Amino acid sequence: MTTATINKRKSNVGDFIMRIAPLTVLAILYILFSVMHPGRFMTMANQMNVLKQTAVNCLIGSGMLLALITAGIDLSVGYNAILATCTIGVLMQNFGITSAWILIPAAILVSVLAGFLNGTLLTRLDLPHPFVSTLGMKNVLWGVALLITSSRTIGFTNKGIDSTLWIGRATFDVNIFGFQLLRGFPVSFILVLVVYLIFHVFLNHTALGRQIYCVGGNPEAARLSGIRSKNVLTIVYSISGLMAGIAGVVLAGRLNTANTASAATYDTDAIAACIIGGASFRGGKGTIWGTLLGALLISTIRNGLNLFSAGNDIQYIVIGSVIILAVTIDVTRNKLEARARKLATV
Amino acid sequence: MRERLLAAFVKRGVFVAEQYVVELKHVTKKFPGVVAMRDMHIQIKPGEIHGLVGENGAGKSTLIKVLTGVHIPEEGEIYVEGKRHIFKNPVQAREAGIACVYQELNIVKMLSVVDNVFMGRKVTNKFGLLDYGYMHEETKKALAALGQTGIDTRMECGKLGVGQQQMVEIAKAITQNAKLIIMDEPTSSLGEQEVQQLMDTVRRLKDRGIAILFVSHKLEELFELCERVTVMRDGEHILTRDIADMNEDMLIEAMVGRTLDNQYPKIPTTRGEQVLKVEHLSQIGVIKDVSFEAYAGEILAFAGLVGAGRTETMRAIFGAEKPDSGKITVKGKEVEFRHPEEAIDSGMAFLTEDRKGQGLVLSESVKTNLVLANMKRYRKGPLLDHARINDVSQKNVSALRIKTPTIQEVVAQLSGGNQQKVVIGKWINSDADIYLFDEPTRGIDVGAKIEVYNVMNRLLKEGKCIIMVSSELPEVLGMADRVIVMRGGSVMADIPRESPHFNQNDIMKAAWGGEIE
Repeated sequence: MTTATINKRKSNVGDFIMRIAPLTVLAILYILFSVMHPGRFMTMANQMNVLKQTAVNCLIGSGMLLALITAGIDLSVGYNAILATCTIGVLMQNFGITSAWILIPAAILVSVLAGFLNGTLLTRLDLPHPFVSTLGMKNVLWGVALLITSSRTIGFTNKGIDSTLWIGRATFDVNIFGFQLLRGFPVSFILVLVVYLIFHVFLNHTALGRQIYCVGGNPEAARLSGIRSKNVLTIVYSISGLMAGIAGVVLAGRLNTANTASAATYDTDAIAACIIGGASFRGGKGTIWGTLLGALLISTIRNGLNLFSAGNDIQYIVIGSVIILAVTIDVTRNKLEARARKLATV
Repeated sequence: MRERLLAAFVKRGVFVAEQYVVELKHVTKKFPGVVAMRDMHIQIKPGEIHGLVGENGAGKSTLIKVLTGVHIPEEGEIYVEGKRHIFKNPVQAREAGIACVYQELNIVKMLSVVDNVFMGRKVTNKFGLLDYGYMHEETKKALAALGQTGIDTRMECGKLGVGQQQMVEIAKAITQNAKLIIMDEPTSSLGEQEVQQLMDTVRRLKDRGIAILFVSHKLEELFELCERVTVMRDGEHILTRDIADMNEDMLIEAMVGRTLDNQYPKIPTTRGEQVLKVEHLSQIGVIKDVSFEAYAGEILAFAGLVGAGRTETMRAIFGAEKPDSGKITVKGKEVEFRHPEEAIDSGMAFLTEDRKGQGLVLSESVKTNLVLANMKRYRKGPLLDHARINDVSQKNVSALRIKTPTIQEVVAQLSGGNQQKVVIGKWINSDADIYLFDEPTRGIDVGAKIEVYNVMNRLLKEGKCIIMVSSELPEVLGMADRVIVMRGGSVMADIPRESPHFNQNDIMKAAWGGEIE
C-alpha cells in the first residue's frame, strides 16, 4: 500500500466532513430556530417564505459559481439584476409595453450583453483579474440603471404586466388525496430547481462544462490542449449575466418595484453561497448543489434573525461573519489539501 | 599516562566528533499506515561531497526532510559533529549547521539579495534597527567565497538568473555557518555553463571544509563530483561506497534492484515521408531563421543549451506563440496556426517541458486529463459519453502502466513519473501524427524513463513522427535518428545517426558555437 492511497483515504474523510458541513450547520440552525421561535419558524408559510427569499440568490449564485470555478469573480451581478428589473420598468413606463414576451427577453438580453462585455473586456484586453473588469462594470451598470429610470422608483402594481411578474410572484398548492402537502410553494423556486438541474448536467456532462473546470484549474495547460480558454471565459461571464437577468425578472415580481437602491448584498450573498457550498477562490472547484445549500443557509439565517426582529444592522454583522467564516474554511481546506499532496509525494 | 591521553582525546572529541560531520543511525520515519524510511543510516565526513541517488519514491526526500527538521522521525538518532540532536523544527536543524538548497528555490523574487540571505534572521545594531552595513558585508564575503563577486547584494533577486539565485541560496547557507549543505537536484534547472559553475562552487565549499550531500538524477554529475555515494531504494539504505569503485551500470542496478539490459531501447527505424517542413521561422529576440524537415517514423532530437531557443521553436510551430515570420508546412499543406487547437486538428501534439504548469490540470481527475486534448470527440449528442471516456482512460492506464488507484483520482496525488505518463496518454489519445516532446523524461526515475522510450518506439512503429527536445545528451544519442543542434535561437548543425559527428563531443561543440569539421 502506498503513501498516496493512505493519504487519499484520509483526505476523503476530511473531504466528506467538509462536504456535509453546510448541511450539518443548516440542520443545527433548523433545530435552533424551531426551539427559539416555536410555532413561527417551522410553519408552512415561513418555510415557503425562506424559499421565496432564496430564489434570487440561487439564480445569481449559479452564474457566480461558474465565474468562481474559472478562478474569477463577477462583482457586477447584483446591479446587473437590478438593471434587468429597471429595463422592465422603463419599457413599461416610458414605452407602454406590457407584453411578457417582449419585457422578459429584453431584460434578459440587456443582462447577457453586460455579461458578454465583462468577458470580452477580461479576455481581449488581457485585464489582470475579473475583479477589475466586473467591479468597473458594477458601477457602470448602476449608473445606467439610474440613468434610464431618472433615479426614480417604478411601481409595478396594477400596471397590466402581471404576466411578466408571475414567475417571481406566483405560488401553488400541492394536494394529495385531499391532504394539503404544500401551500403557497413559490414558482420561482421551481425555476431554481430546473435551472440547477440544467447546470448540473451542463457542468458534469458536457465538454464545455468540464472545460470550465479545466480552464479554472490550469488555463495554460487547457490552452495548450486546444481549449479556447478565452472563449470559455467569455461564455462563462455571459452565462453569469444571463442568470443575473433571470434573477432580475424574478425580482420584479417579488419586489413589485424597480428600485436602483436595492442591490446592496446580492453579489456578496452569491459569493458566500458558492464558497459555503465548496467553491474556492482558487478555481477548479465547486458544485451547483453545494451552492444551493449555501444559498439556503444564508436565507435561513436571515429569516431566523428576522423572526428575532433583528434589524438590518445585526443581519449585516451576522452574514458578514458567516462570509468570513466560509472563506476561512476555504483557506483551511486548501491548506489541508496541499498538506495531503505534499505527504503523497514523499 | 594512557588514560590522560585518552581523556584528552575524548575531551577534544576525536573519537566520535571529528569522524563524521553528520551521522544518522537506525532512523525510521512512518506516515499513517506506511513506512517512508526504514532503519536508514548514513555517515557524512567533513568536507566531503557525498552523492545520494535513488528512484523517485526511494525515500530521498524523506531523508532530506528528516535531516532538515521538517519531519520528526519515530526512531533513530541524528548526530551533528558527534553530538546527538533531536530536531523538532527546521530552525533547530539550521542552528545545528544543516542547510538545504531545494530544487525549487526559496527565493523571494521581489526582495534584494541581502534580504534573501538574511531572511528569517534579525541582525540589529545598537538602535534596534536592522544592521544593513554588516549584512551587506557578510553577504559579499559569502558570495566572494563562492566566486560570485559579480552579484550586487542590493539587486532584486527576480532579476538574477536561476543559477545566480541558487548562489544566493548557497550564500545564505554559508552565512548560517552550515557544516552540511544538502543540494536537492541542483542542476535540473540549470544550463550547461551554469552547471559547470555550480560544480566549481561545490568544490570551493568542500575546500572550506563544508560537507555537501548532492542529490541528483544525473549520474555523470555524480561521477564527476562526488567522492562517495549512497544509494536508497524503497526507503532503505542499499549501499554507500567510494564512487571510484562504481560504474553507471552498478549504480543503476543498485537503484532499481534489477539489471537494466538497456537504458535506451532504440529500435531500427525506416524514414517515411516528410510530414513537417519549417522554413525561415523567426521570432524577434528568441529564434532566428530556423529551417528543418521532419519525417514519419523517425525521432528527430533537438539538442542545445538551456535558452538556445528549442522550446520556443516548438511553441511557435504548435501555435502557442505567434512567430514573426516563416513558413510551416504540415503534411504538404502550408499552415498558420493562430491557436493550439488548430495545430491539434492538423495532427500535432505538444508535450510541454513543464508538466505541472502547462501539461496537467492538477485539480482534475486522471480521466479528465487523459481526454483533455480531444474532449469534443467524446460527445454523444450534446452530452459527454462518460462510458466511452471511462473505457478509453482505463485502457490508457493499463497500457501506460500508470499507477493510480482509480481513473477518478486527482492527478495531483500521483508521482511525477505517473503524472508524465498521464500527459503522454493525453497526446496519444489525440491521435496525432507529429509529436513534439519537450524534455519528455525530465524529473522522472530510470524505470519510468524506459517506459517513456518504449511508448516512443510504439509510436514510431505506427509511423508517427517524433520531435524530441532533450538536454540530456545520452538520451539524444541513445534514442535519436537525427539531431539538430541549436544555439542562440539558430540551427547550428543537423546530424544524422550514421554520421561520424553523431557523438557527444561534436554535439557539444556545436551547442557551444564551435565548428565541426
